[in-house]
Amino acid sequence: MAQDLITGLTERVDRLLADHDPATTDRLEFLRARFDAGLAWVHFPEGLGGLGLPRDLQIHVDALLARAGAPDNDPRRNAIGLGMAAPTILAYGTEEQKKRFLRPLWTGEEIWCQLFSEPGAGSDLAALATRAERDGDHWRVNGQKVWTSGAHKARWAILVARSDPGAPKHRGMTYFVCDMTDPGVEVRPLRQITGEAEFNEVFLTDVRIPDDHRLGAEGEGWRVATATLMNERVAIGGGDPRRESGMIGAVARTWRERPELRTPELHDRLLRLWVESEVARLSGRRLRQKLAVGEPGPEGSAAKLTFARLAQQLSGLELELLAEDGLRYSDWTMRRPEIVEFTGRDAGYRYLRAKGNSIEGGTSEILRNIVAERVLGLPPEPRTDKDAPWKDLPR
Amino acid sequence: MSDELDLLYTDVEESVRDSVRALLAKRCTPDRVTAVYDGDRTGLDELWRALSTDLGLAGLLVPEDLGGAGASAREVSVVLEELGRFAAPVPFLTSAVVATTALLEAGAADRLGELAAGERTAALAVPLSTVPGRAVPAVTVHDGVLRGTVTAVAGALEADLLLVPVQGDGGLELHEVPADAARITPVTSLDMTRQIADVELAGAASRPVADAGAAERAIGRALETGAALLASEQLGVAQWCLDSTVEYLKIRRQFGRIVGGFQALKHRLADLYVAVESARAAARYAAAAVAADDPDRSVAASVAQAYCADAAVLAAEECVQLHGGVGMTWEHPAHLYLKRAKADQLAFGTPGAHRARLAGLVDLPAA
Repeated sequence: MAQDLITGLTERVDRLLADHDPATTDRLEFLRARFDAGLAWVHFPEGLGGLGLPRDLQIHVDALLARAGAPDNDPRRNAIGLGMAAPTILAYGTEEQKKRFLRPLWTGEEIWCQLFSEPGAGSDLAALATRAERDGDHWRVNGQKVWTSGAHKARWAILVARSDPGAPKHRGMTYFVCDMTDPGVEVRPLRQITGEAEFNEVFLTDVRIPDDHRLGAEGEGWRVATATLMNERVAIGGGDPRRESGMIGAVARTWRERPELRTPELHDRLLRLWVESEVARLSGRRLRQKLAVGEPGPEGSAAKLTFARLAQQLSGLELELLAEDGLRYSDWTMRRPEIVEFTGRDAGYRYLRAKGNSIEGGTSEILRNIVAERVLGLPPEPRTDKDAPWKDLPR
Repeated sequence: MSDELDLLYTDVEESVRDSVRALLAKRCTPDRVTAVYDGDRTGLDELWRALSTDLGLAGLLVPEDLGGAGASAREVSVVLEELGRFAAPVPFLTSAVVATTALLEAGAADRLGELAAGERTAALAVPLSTVPGRAVPAVTVHDGVLRGTVTAVAGALEADLLLVPVQGDGGLELHEVPADAARITPVTSLDMTRQIADVELAGAASRPVADAGAAERAIGRALETGAALLASEQLGVAQWCLDSTVEYLKIRRQFGRIVGGFQALKHRLADLYVAVESARAAARYAAAAVAADDPDRSVAASVAQAYCADAAVLAAEECVQLHGGVGMTWEHPAHLYLKRAKADQLAFGTPGAHRARLAGLVDLPAA
């Protein structure tokens, strides 16, 4: 059965390559043809870039295309689009929305960002205050969002806003696709501890969103956002399938290339973290094998907890290993990077950027609550604000 | 490399688990297990017979044409998870895994039928703490009889047959000796559910099962398989500790609240859950790598031991602490798992020994 699927996929890839020789075909044209052949993400439905096959089989397709020298969609450029917006649109979008948004999202023609967090709504995302008011067949949106990676590159955003202030906080939100070219959208860089401005503040002033850009029902925003966040945690914590990918790879490389830096104490810590990184990699593989037969559940939170801890410990170890060189830093110049890089640049950057790993996509403290409550079934945190109308909550 | 290894549980594996669990739930109760610490081993022979013969678990690793079930390390690992969950005092790991692997690797097919059928039980006579790949203590052979002592051997008390590493003229050999030809002295053990014994050979006649070269390899593979699959037992121990602690903290009240609602405890349990699920990935990978005889099996075994041994100890220590006063009592089963977890951590190499082994295997040399 699995072998038949692989044979069928291989034939399909061969046909794509025969009809669109990567050596002579324009990159974008090739990517569009790949999407239309159902080879973009095989677990998506037919007609939407997929073939309705198990998610695992994508690895096979990617390997075949890479071997043939075909261009890929450079997924790092559109991590939020691919990791969060796409699965949410697939799950909650109308047929028209899926047809309109998924193809240019996958090819990277349209970059996406995420308008979720606000200055007053971080861990308590459901307290968010950005207002969406109905205005005929449109919505008018006003408010401020923050920690928005890539907003300065984005064509579209996934947005959660308060549509009914009179309802309890989890029940008064609606989820939208927001046009980042709307004149009411203002994006300002937000400089981080690395010196870069990978994030932004986004100010929304009378932004007009047509009602047919609503994802899910009015008032259902929290449910839709939860689906996005679970996908986000899998995207951050799921990891790369290869051994010594990510942060451990950088440290192990330095260890091998610079024998003069080695000490017994660092060796012990390196081996402990190597084992933990390998186990995290295997856990990520188990998670992916499970996902092949279902949707992400709260298990993604566990993967993300481990990922953040290891990234921080490894990047700290790397600076100690580098000794004198650990005192240098590549560049403090304020820049707005093309892509979000966890393992790029130098060791100092990696150390500082990794501090964000336990904050973005749910702080490690909130993720522990999620694991304890939703996986282990322990009593929830006391929530005095759960049933009161949002407008009456102290702010 | 080994990217296709399945880390989930198959339906067949789940059904093996169900039958083992059902039997243990009936016949391996905490009272029954605790009694071994006071020297009462009533019913344990019957329990082993039910597992080894009635359920056919002794022959899982033995090919069908040699009288076994022709299963693999994957099914064995699921059995070990359940044995860990019940801290079961049976010689499955020592006989059906380690000694059986040694005989299989040595090509000593003639003994395997009896072992597979559960008619006989065997033990590899090495200290339980032996690290795979390191030198094993060997007895001497003169005029065809063996002399010497091996200490801290697990499974020797239950064994009919001992597989003894022997220092021959041409190198390490492996001999078999009937257990009743050796003096086997029980040792009061930290973990009485896997009691160790000192084995003294004072002129016992033996039969060689593997000569120099083959013996070294057979012993190394047996110990490595033991290390790889012990990880699944450790997973079972850790899972019991997590489950029972979560269950208890959902009913225990202090300060007018369910104790499990305090965030300090929720976060500790969340971290423990992450450790147990990570241990599952490591243990499953090790079992799958052994089952497939994957080129990565040595790395997989050492990663699994380096991780799962500590995870089981952490789970057992958290279990005692989070149960509070009752966790410290003889009456509560938590101590059975603490003792098993701590002894398991030393078995087939400590986590530190496996990290040192990995340094060589994955090219991260010491300073």
